[in-house]
Amino acid sequence: MTANPPSDPNAGHTIRSWLLTTDHKRIAVLYLVSVTFFFLIGGAAAGLVRADLLTPEGDLLTNEGYNRAFTLHGVIMVWFFLIPSIPNVFGNFLIPLMIGARDLAFPRLNLLSWYVYVLGGLFTLIVLLVGGVDTGWTFYTPLSSMFSNGHVVLVAAAVFIVGFSSILTGLNFIVTIHKLRAPGMGWGRMPLFVWSHYATSIILVLATPVLSITLVLIAAERLFGLGIFDPASGGDPLLFQHLFWFYSHPAVYIMVLPALGVISELVAAAARKPVFGYSFVAGSSIAIAIIGFFVWGHHMFVSGQSMYASAVFSFLSLAVAVPSGIKVYNWTATLYKGNILLDPPFLFAMSFIGLFVVGGLTGIALAMLSIDVHVHDTYFVVAHFHYIMVGGTISAYFGALHFWWPKMFGRMYPLTWGRITAATIFFGFNLTFFPQFILGFLGMPRRYHVYAPEFQTLHVLSSAGSTLLGFAYLLPFVYLGYSLVAGKRASANPWGARGLEWTVPSPPPKHNFVEIPTVTGRPYDYPIDKEDSR
Amino acid sequence: MSQDLPRLKEPYSTRGQQREADMLGVYLFLASEIMLFGGLFAVIFVAHYLHPEEFIAASKKMHVAIGAANTMILLTSSALVAIAVKAARSGHARPVSLCLALSALLGVAFLGLKAYEYWSEYQEGLLPLPGLHTDFASPGEHLFMNIYLVATSLHALHLTIGIAVLGLFAWLVHSRRVKLPAGATATETAATYWHLVDIIWIFLFPVLYLAR
Ligand code: HEM
Ligand SMILES: [Cu+2]
Repeated sequence: MTANPPSDPNAGHTIRSWLLTTDHKRIAVLYLVSVTFFFLIGGAAAGLVRADLLTPEGDLLTNEGYNRAFTLHGVIMVWFFLIPSIPNVFGNFLIPLMIGARDLAFPRLNLLSWYVYVLGGLFTLIVLLVGGVDTGWTFYTPLSSMFSNGHVVLVAAAVFIVGFSSILTGLNFIVTIHKLRAPGMGWGRMPLFVWSHYATSIILVLATPVLSITLVLIAAERLFGLGIFDPASGGDPLLFQHLFWFYSHPAVYIMVLPALGVISELVAAAARKPVFGYSFVAGSSIAIAIIGFFVWGHHMFVSGQSMYASAVFSFLSLAVAVPSGIKVYNWTATLYKGNILLDPPFLFAMSFIGLFVVGGLTGIALAMLSIDVHVHDTYFVVAHFHYIMVGGTISAYFGALHFWWPKMFGRMYPLTWGRITAATIFFGFNLTFFPQFILGFLGMPRRYHVYAPEFQTLHVLSSAGSTLLGFAYLLPFVYLGYSLVAGKRASANPWGARGLEWTVPSPPPKHNFVEIPTVTGRPYDYPIDKEDSR
Repeated sequence: MSQDLPRLKEPYSTRGQQREADMLGVYLFLASEIMLFGGLFAVIFVAHYLHPEEFIAASKKMHVAIGAANTMILLTSSALVAIAVKAARSGHARPVSLCLALSALLGVAFLGLKAYEYWSEYQEGLLPLPGLHTDFASPGEHLFMNIYLVATSLHALHLTIGIAVLGLFAWLVHSRRVKLPAGATATETAATYWHLVDIIWIFLFPVLYLAR
């Protein structure tokens, strides 16, 4: 092997070497920095919303200001954090390592996809600077197409652009998983993390364009008056909701499937046992992806769609619960009689399972027509999707961060701090969102900034929880940052885990493997030899 | 002989693997493009279902002759592109650049005809842009023209990109910057994109012009 010539954009530590890199591991780090940035902005908007809701009159913000704060919160968190977070950071970093490849199939496309993400992000920042949007992250017409006085077209452009980045990433993952698996790594030997990213990528490639066309139609309506959703010119506002949710329900699985993949890895490593029912867990990812395309109508039970459609959508939504349930049962079975280590990644995984179950069960409740009619567009829904997406996905994201951090940066962090953070996040999270179930059940509508005084206690509890939660989210900056400068060096396999990524040094060398490995066994081939473990 | 083979890029270990990956990537990209227009077709079908009579009435005002001519133009260009791919695989540069350039020209002809069609529609009061004089018999007809304009202009945008790509490849092959048959996969990629643009039109044409 020859050394990299100095002009190689992947070599060295110059800014140029980072901005022109085609190494999937470096691109993952670029994403880590950028999604963290948007997480902070989205979080600040959330803080503003919660502060405003401390009093029933909402003294902090104007009506308009409140609408803009929660809209930016939603738009940024969904498209600039939740959707790209796990796939683009950990998927990018790990998929080639886990399947024994030197890189993704299209390294330059991968870099392009980051630039596209940044461009979309710039648009969002511009929207933020010029005053924001007030439509909510769902952009319902006719508010978005006719009445909103925010910058709908700009924000639609931002989301359109970032969608393009998702499509490119999904495409890259699918091709990589199909064509670059190491010899011996059959489909039945792929880590579950890779399976779940495969399922996610299918949704990214097939659902995102439908969102793109929907955004094009809104922009056309606002800019040129081409009223496709406008009843005055024969259009239909319900059509917008169908198109939007055809993407956005699968999109919630874009956010959660990678998280499910992460948890399978963490649970197996923590229990030091093979994942129970491997092929069911793998298959359930695909099942979720497929069924997820047929349930969008459960967001429209009270929109005036036909009753028969609602009944069918209700039934199909319940069907989604089956593969999700399979995962939870199989993780539990994996942990049973496991030799469990209470490391931070495991605590985050436990936190994920708890929150995911609450979110999933309330999802089933919402999928029942009769319940949804009562709590639709109340805080019950807000709590439901925050349990899944914020509680679930972000726990998994932090779990992944704590599990693969030593691999990514070659340094250990103080484990106790990780444990404290995991516990504080779990507690802060429940304090923030559990009161919202009650609020919703009592009838507090979502997206309102003035409310009846009797709701105040619950809102104050929720705001207090969010303060704690926000504080806990910031903790890792301290000790992970500290580990980068003063952490002790990580070995190749600090957790004693299985998987090809643990067979290479931490951090992995540029080309990942000196020689492409040949896979001979099944994944999660625990227990592991004594001398490998800590 | 080795310059006849495509350059083997970083993550791959064989050229066959690389070629398969390239083609899979292209097909996935096209699948996502199909979903993009799929959303639009869904809109067309729903709107048609909601306003059946008005849609037929509106569709009758389309310039079927121009649409049909444009269909023929695209079909011819697709055939030329297919010939170019065959020639590229067997390493003949001249027919490749010729066929690609001709197809790009046919694409330009399509756009020219389309522009003329928009112009006529504008004069007949059929173009639904704000500020233009229009007289629609019904909201359904207005909706039809809205969809027509969005769908055809999005298609025209894709066609423009296709023309640029074909033109670029014609020039690259002509100037030997892309060597054949090494660059055959790349040529095939461009060609496949062009076929997609063609296929989308083949669906748009009956749905918009012949809806009766
Ligand atoms: C697995 C991950 C899930 C995620 C990330 C998720 C996310 C979401 C989100 C974001 C919303 C609110 C949309 C809005 O802004 O209006 C929502 C609402 C809803 N979810 Fe979930 N959900 C998940 C699972 C489920 C499941 C398993 C079901 C049913 C079996 C379900 C049923 C519903 C229903 C019926 C609503 C609509 C409530 C209403 O607006 O009245 N969800 N979900
Ligand atoms: Cu849904």
